Amino acid sequence: MRWYIGRRLLQVIPVFLGATLLLYALVFLRPGDPVAALGGERGLPEAVQEQIRERYNLDKPFLVQYLLFLKGVFTLDFGVDFRGREIVDVIAGAFPVTIQLAVMALIIEAVFGIGLGLVAGLRKGGIFDGSVLVISLLVIAVPTFVIGFVLQFLLGVKAGLFPVTVGRDPNFESLLLPAIVLAAASFAYVLRLTRTSVAENLSADYVRTARARGLTRSRVTGRHVLRNSLIPVVTFLGGDLGGLMAGAIVTEGIFNINGVGGTLYQAITRGENVTVVSLTTVLVIVYILANLLVDLLYAALDPRIRYA
Amino acid sequence: MPENIDVTGARRDQPRRGQEHFVAPVDEGGLGAVDAVSTTQAPKSLWGDAWAHMRGNVLFWVAGAVIALVVVVAVAPGLFTSIGPRACDLSQSLSGPAAGHPFGFDFQGCDIYSRTVYGARASVVVGVLATAMVVVIGTIVGAIAGYFGGWFDTLLSRLTDIFFAVPLVLAAIVIMSLMSTRTSFTVALVLSLFGWPQIARITRGTVMSVKNNEFVTAARSLGMGRVGILLRHVLPNSTAPIIVYATVALGTFIVAEATLSYLGIGLPPSIVSWGGDISKAQNSIRVAPEILFYPAGGLALTVLGFIMMGDVVRDALDPKARKR
Repeated sequence: MRWYIGRRLLQVIPVFLGATLLLYALVFLRPGDPVAALGGERGLPEAVQEQIRERYNLDKPFLVQYLLFLKGVFTLDFGVDFRGREIVDVIAGAFPVTIQLAVMALIIEAVFGIGLGLVAGLRKGGIFDGSVLVISLLVIAVPTFVIGFVLQFLLGVKAGLFPVTVGRDPNFESLLLPAIVLAAASFAYVLRLTRTSVAENLSADYVRTARARGLTRSRVTGRHVLRNSLIPVVTFLGGDLGGLMAGAIVTEGIFNINGVGGTLYQAITRGENVTVVSLTTVLVIVYILANLLVDLLYAALDPRIRYA
Repeated sequence: MPENIDVTGARRDQPRRGQEHFVAPVDEGGLGAVDAVSTTQAPKSLWGDAWAHMRGNVLFWVAGAVIALVVVVAVAPGLFTSIGPRACDLSQSLSGPAAGHPFGFDFQGCDIYSRTVYGARASVVVGVLATAMVVVIGTIVGAIAGYFGGWFDTLLSRLTDIFFAVPLVLAAIVIMSLMSTRTSFTVALVLSLFGWPQIARITRGTVMSVKNNEFVTAARSLGMGRVGILLRHVLPNSTAPIIVYATVALGTFIVAEATLSYLGIGLPPSIVSWGGDISKAQNSIRVAPEILFYPAGGLALTVLGFIMMGDVVRDALDPKARKR
């Protein structure tokens, strides 16, 4: 196990370097000069442009720029955006809301996905199973943004059950509907994963053995079937945390939440490449760490992985 | 020798002396099925078997019909409506269904039925293009990594990890917002750039397990080259999981394209697309919420078709799941 952890930890380094270099190159190596575009139609004086280029290291070769950026990531000094704000402060202001939103969504999809999936898997082929499966397919097929503003319109505007937008001070109540929307697609996957996994394990030999030993139904289900069925589900949920934070861009846009997605989107439209790259880098780090956690969790839960 | 006599010559359905337990005759237990298999007949192939199973599945025909319909609409929208998607009349803005206009008119006074029909093409083109590119890149990378192993594997696997570490929608949003030319091709290109790692991982795993089969050893001992074995024997036997994933991925790419178009950074307004129309319908949701239903419905139906087809094919190709 120690070998496995060590090897897996070492793998993070090239992946992190590669992914950040890739993003950095895609954003900065494109044609067009963001500094020249800053001044609008009249343009900035040559000297001012020079000064800005120097401040953002744009006058240096690409690889040096990237290394300087990397140094900034490790020293938590991302520089200043075009409006003079420290980018670290921008990140610190944006992430708490998004993390709260993603964690709420994760809990919602875990509770409902596993609960309904377990019941459906135990009664595979029944009416409940069939209807749950149809609903999950519909939830996957209808894109998040449609679910988002339809629910916003029906439950927020028409019924008045939820606040329509979140705005400045997000709290549990106003984040509930966005979290449900964000959780919708993953909920369907968790449900389907639990259902297949439970149905598969029900016919496994060890379950038959447990039944033959005379264990009660609830004990067989709870101790044997559910525990083993949850291995793929738990790993999916772990990896999904990163996906939820990245996928929150659309949901945050619909509900006007000032999280990572909203900030990123504003930075993109303003052409603030440094902010864009910094925010995406943090998101990628979260995503990589989530995937690392999943692999370690998988190895801890399933001995077949670590001895393979 | 009569069937119910075993090698010891004793009748099997009658307990032998000293035997306390009843032993069921062969044809009553599960072993009967094993014996019933004819050894002279050619065995059914995986695909033949899967086809026989799919044919009897209602979902297969439903999903197939949906996909066929969407593809026909995408190829020849003119067959379904004689009204152009850009033949708009502002005086008809937001007015309800009328003769010849079954879905009514949108804010710009365009015929919604016509726009829904013409919107299919953008989704299908982006979905098919992106899936094709993803399958090609992913299969090549995964097959080389899995088949040759060693340094190839280390290098290509890390490359796959790098692209896997960037969330698809996030990367697509960042890159598409920086693109100056936005066409169906560039959208598909960006989606496939970050969508191939999944296929590469799946292919690598399958190829690694297939290459240890006896028929590969047999081909090698007959003097076949390594590349030849990969192309003739290993890859054709690794296609099943790739096809299953690709079918579902097509639906995912269609959703991603619609998301980008909805955000205004996917297809330009000059291309009729469901994502763009959903975005426009959102603006008039308070006055005429029903407008939203048609492009969203078309999108959902298409994605549903591909996801259902993926499910059916997966079940059909997996004899273990099928038995239950």
